[in-house]
Amino acid sequence: MKPAPFKYVAASSLDHALTLKAEHGDEARFLAGGQSLIPAMNFRLARPAVVIDINGLDELAGIAHGPTIRVGALTRYCALERDSEFLDSCPLFADALPHIAHPQIRNRGTIGGNLSHADPASELPALAVAMEAQMRLKSAGGERRLAASEFFEGSLTTGLAADEMLVEVEFPALPPRSGACFMEVSRRRGDFAIAGLATIVTLDAEGRCTKVRLALCGVGETPVDASEAAAPLVGHACADRPIEAAAAAIRAAIEPAGNVHASADYQRHLAGVLAQRAIRTAYQRAANAA
Amino acid sequence: MQPDRHEISVSVNGTAYRRNVESRMLLSDFLRHELLLAGTHVGCEQGVCGACTILLDGAPIRSCLMLAVQANGHELSTIEGLASDSGELSPVQKAMHEHHGLQCGYCTPGILMTMTAFLKQNPSPSEEEVREALSGNLCRCTGYQHIVDAMMAAAQAMRASAP
Amino acid sequence: MTTRFFGAPVKRNEDRKLLTGQALFIDDVELPGMLHAAFLRSQAAHARIKRIDVSRARQRPGVVAVYTADDYGAYWQPGPLLVPPPPIPGSVFNQRTQVPLAKDKVRHVGEPLAVVVAESRYIAEDALDDIEVDLEPLPAVIDLEAALRPGSVLVHDDLGSNVSAHVHQSKGDYRAAAAKAHLVIKRRFAYEHGIASTIETRGVVAHWEARSQHMTIWDTTQAPVFVRNGLAALLGLGERQVRVIAPFVGGGFGPKIMMFYPEEVALPWISMRLNRPVKWIEDRLEHFFATTHERGQIHDAEIAVARDGRILGVKDVFLHDGGAYDPYGLTVPINSQCTLLGPYVVPSYDSAFTAVFTNLPIVTPYRGAGRQHGVFVMERLLDLAAHELNIDPAEIRRRNLIPADAFPYKNGIIYQDFSQLEYDSGNYEPVLDQALQAIGYSEFKREQKKLRAQGRHVGIGVACYVEGTGIGPYEGARVQVQANGKVSVATGIGTQGQGHFTSLAQIVADQLGVDVTDVDIVTGDTDQFYWGAGTFASRGAVVAGNAVNEASRAVRQKALKLASDAFECAEEDLVLADGRISIVGIPEKFLGLGELAKRANPMRGAVKPGTEPGLESTQYFGPPSGATANGVHAMIVEVDPDTFDLKILKYVVVHDCGTVINPLILEGQIHGGVAQGIGNAFYEKLVFDDQGQLLNASLADYLLPTALEVPRMELGHTVTPSPLNPMGIKGAGEAGAIPVGPLFAQAIEDALQLKEKNVELLEVPLSPSRIFDLIKASEP
Ligand SMILES: Cc1cc2nc3c(=O)[nH]c(=O)nc-3n(C[C@H](O)[C@H](O)[C@H](O)COP(=O)(O)OP(=O)(O)OC[C@H]3O[C@@H](n4cnc5c(N)ncnc54)[C@H](O)[C@@H]3O)c2cc1C
Ligand code: FES
Ligand code: FES
Repeated sequence: MKPAPFKYVAASSLDHALTLKAEHGDEARFLAGGQSLIPAMNFRLARPAVVIDINGLDELAGIAHGPTIRVGALTRYCALERDSEFLDSCPLFADALPHIAHPQIRNRGTIGGNLSHADPASELPALAVAMEAQMRLKSAGGERRLAASEFFEGSLTTGLAADEMLVEVEFPALPPRSGACFMEVSRRRGDFAIAGLATIVTLDAEGRCTKVRLALCGVGETPVDASEAAAPLVGHACADRPIEAAAAAIRAAIEPAGNVHASADYQRHLAGVLAQRAIRTAYQRAANAA
Repeated sequence: MQPDRHEISVSVNGTAYRRNVESRMLLSDFLRHELLLAGTHVGCEQGVCGACTILLDGAPIRSCLMLAVQANGHELSTIEGLASDSGELSPVQKAMHEHHGLQCGYCTPGILMTMTAFLKQNPSPSEEEVREALSGNLCRCTGYQHIVDAMMAAAQAMRASAP
Repeated sequence: MTTRFFGAPVKRNEDRKLLTGQALFIDDVELPGMLHAAFLRSQAAHARIKRIDVSRARQRPGVVAVYTADDYGAYWQPGPLLVPPPPIPGSVFNQRTQVPLAKDKVRHVGEPLAVVVAESRYIAEDALDDIEVDLEPLPAVIDLEAALRPGSVLVHDDLGSNVSAHVHQSKGDYRAAAAKAHLVIKRRFAYEHGIASTIETRGVVAHWEARSQHMTIWDTTQAPVFVRNGLAALLGLGERQVRVIAPFVGGGFGPKIMMFYPEEVALPWISMRLNRPVKWIEDRLEHFFATTHERGQIHDAEIAVARDGRILGVKDVFLHDGGAYDPYGLTVPINSQCTLLGPYVVPSYDSAFTAVFTNLPIVTPYRGAGRQHGVFVMERLLDLAAHELNIDPAEIRRRNLIPADAFPYKNGIIYQDFSQLEYDSGNYEPVLDQALQAIGYSEFKREQKKLRAQGRHVGIGVACYVEGTGIGPYEGARVQVQANGKVSVATGIGTQGQGHFTSLAQIVADQLGVDVTDVDIVTGDTDQFYWGAGTFASRGAVVAGNAVNEASRAVRQKALKLASDAFECAEEDLVLADGRISIVGIPEKFLGLGELAKRANPMRGAVKPGTEPGLESTQYFGPPSGATANGVHAMIVEVDPDTFDLKILKYVVVHDCGTVINPLILEGQIHGGVAQGIGNAFYEKLVFDDQGQLLNASLADYLLPTALEVPRMELGHTVTPSPLNPMGIKGAGEAGAIPVGPLFAQAIEDALQLKEKNVELLEVPLSPSRIFDLIKASEP
């Protein structure tokens, strides 16, 4: 399990990295945390001709707080975990980060690498969808924005063009009286989720739901936006009937394929269980936030 | 294609090394077979087992998931650097010995490095926290109990001797 | 002899090297000019080989050689049969052992087709891509029952069927027992065991030195002496020309005793041809196919019981998945067959198995070695009977235990070591009592009602087992006092973390009155000790330990004799302690052991006839048959009724492995065994598709338990010494792993009250998904 040969370049600036990428296109890969790319190279599942190391690009790392929280692509999980202001404003991360692998991997892995890798079982793509994040993509030729819901196109495929880099992720701050919750079931702590669910519930002054965002990981080819299935909650306070209705709609809305750890039926069942549990918690947290 | 090679300088356990390495060489292979610091072990080369864990600028990382070229300019610590120059074992090493926290010893380097960093940041962990911190290091021999005992004891010893 | 060290929790001698990164493991061997090998492995489980073209690979810069089966010539031979079938009348055994490189046909995914030798492992792997292979795919034989149907595709075409072995053993008259039974319960059980998955994979380094005509082989083997003998014969060398060293080995658990792996055959041959040292280190991906597994059995079993729960008889017919070749003979299924009987009085037993060739990796013993399978069947049958008869599960076990006065207890069938299955000693009921006490069995039963009322799903399990340990043939040891007073000991076993450097040293230290740290143990180097078998079947401590004890005693006698001559006094007037011999009451008059060692090798003067120079002795020990350890595990779990995930609230092991040399090391062995048992019961499963492809060949998907899945364990011991060896010890290496499967099944059924839902857990491994699916399938 040793990587095939490649040419390594440590990018000296963002422009340098983008120029190289424009030159080599699909033959080149950015190397961020390396926690998905290097295993794939060790298995020789990935054989880039050129590896563009972006770890030296400090301008890509960091968190800017504000009404929109802007997170540089090279920001590592460990930096997110340590930034309490970030965890307060993006509470789904507080729930989700401990589920991602182990501390040694969180010391290297980056948010940009995670989202660009687009593993459908990964937690963060579902978070990005639930939070209605915007992806800032840059190429030598220019820059564009893509909504998270459009960014994830399939298992390990995104809307990134061959010459583009994900440079930043923008998370809109939660509206007042919002509560968020992420939960997952995996076989062991740190494993990819068999099913995971992120939700944000926003309440009115009476505690009735005005808006719900809900996305799942591990149960499809991409993160699944099930906000519409959760719509039965709107107009309701936290109560069994609407929550059960939402859970049933969510179960029906997904098409899990099953894997070596779980049957498709079990995944679907879990989606319903997680929906009920996470929605209840989100209601509670929203009420507490009020 | 000519191999793509790079000149790198790294510091390992305080000793500076300069080497010319092929870009694809994994940091774990570099430490073990170029620098002959074979105390760092390799069990999976995909980041799961944790045997290859070392410290990069003080933080535990998987050396099988980093290229040697990426270590250029960084400070690394490995199991070979844990005991004092006079050979006195570190509190974590000592506790592992006293509590029989190792059997075949293959996972041990990664566990020592992970937990040395962890206990530095968490001087008074609960057993549950210790288990969580250990969860990225697989051990097939011990069933973990003696390792957990060792870590609780090491934490106590480190607290007692802290200034 | 004082026993300062024997029985004490002595800290390990070997730790320091391991804790400072100074222990030599196989991949740490670096030799000038060393080459690196990589194997091209079959992607197909079953295929005819049409063509292998290695010409492009040979041209790649950095590649030194590429070989296929054709290049081996007469060196190409199927491997040896490691364990011939025991002499059971009417048995069938079809020997088909693995080949060094596939020729004509591949029979499992990962079977090697060619080997590349290059200046680095990186380049060797590059060259694997250059090899063109043309395989004609054949349907894969995967399903055990389908494999036996007439007309099935054959794994070994010349055999005419896929039967690897068939064995029938019986005692008593089961049919009569069933006829008069109050109740007969019959079920189908499926038990799968996985892969040992040591954290260190396998590896071989071979170094042929043409000048001295000598071969050194470093090998992660559990049986270096056998590897030396076999490879010397294959290579056409004398045994003295070959030295096999098993360095520090990162875990064994069984598969590292298999031989010869194709890589063990290839590397020395390559080194001789190229006259350069060669290294091969198995990577994790290879490990999943190239190292042997255990895997599955399907049992159709029935139990006949009286109204009071007493067993009248058991009948079992089972299929055993042997994989593509059967180098290990019948060991695994015979263990299942014999261990099924457990600690119980079973008046009649009728058991037949068929071992089946499949297109899956080879099956050889892995910690427990088939014992789990049998224990699962028996323990589950008892649970089912208890439920039907409305007897408490712990109580039905108690009623059937072999009474203390029945030992030695003859089971009336033949064991894997060819002898009658006889339990040497035991006292089972106190072990059960202690386990029930420790888990708080009766308190829990009360508490459970309360917790259930609160909506919590908690359950308890209790499972019993026996473990045949410490089987022959023999081991030897040489104990030698050196001039500096330190003691050097060599044995032929290999060691993989079991603490032999310490437990064996304890035995010596007591006999010779030295400190444990002054005893240096060498294992696994055939130049240090010539004879031996290896570390398997929980035998290291029992067999080698007794040999070490005998040799130490002999050295002690020699030392006392020398001192008595020197002091001109009777041996009875001497004390041996603190590394010296002195006269009782006159401590200032002494001779150090080192001094005595010097005197035992004089420069001048006659050595008396009948004496040997040197303060050393070599002794051998071979037990007449295996010692039987036993134990009980008990566990309380809580299951999430929605996700079916579980948490172990309490775990208790009480066991009896005879006299204990080092309780600290023993605890470690039990903990590690339980952890592997938990993996087997609830996390680890090799998932093959119907084409024989392994779908989870990675540690990310083959789930070894972490520190969060393995609970704190509470251990208890009772001691019934074995009469079969002077120290009274029994093996303990596998005990922790054996009864965990039925324990999980029982506790989960109890927690979720599955009996009321007509759901029975009759298989292992279980998982949350599987439990969900079973419950769902049972719903109308
Ligand atoms: C043992 C283990 C367990 C894991 N468990 C989990 C888990 O439970 N959940 C989980 O989510 N993940 C898990 N991971 C994966 C981990 O989170 C990775 O860190 C993450 O998927 C990739 O991030 P990275 O920064 O390491 O990216 P890299 O590995 O460096 O890159 C991944 C891919 O993204 C591309 N890329 C990187 N950065 C950019 C960018 N800015 N723009 C465009 N393309 C880019 C790369 O070229 C590459 O193709 C696990 C990994 C390991 C080794
Ligand atoms: S070798 Fe790096 S994590 Fe296993
Ligand atoms: S001690 Fe052997 S793997 Fe941990």
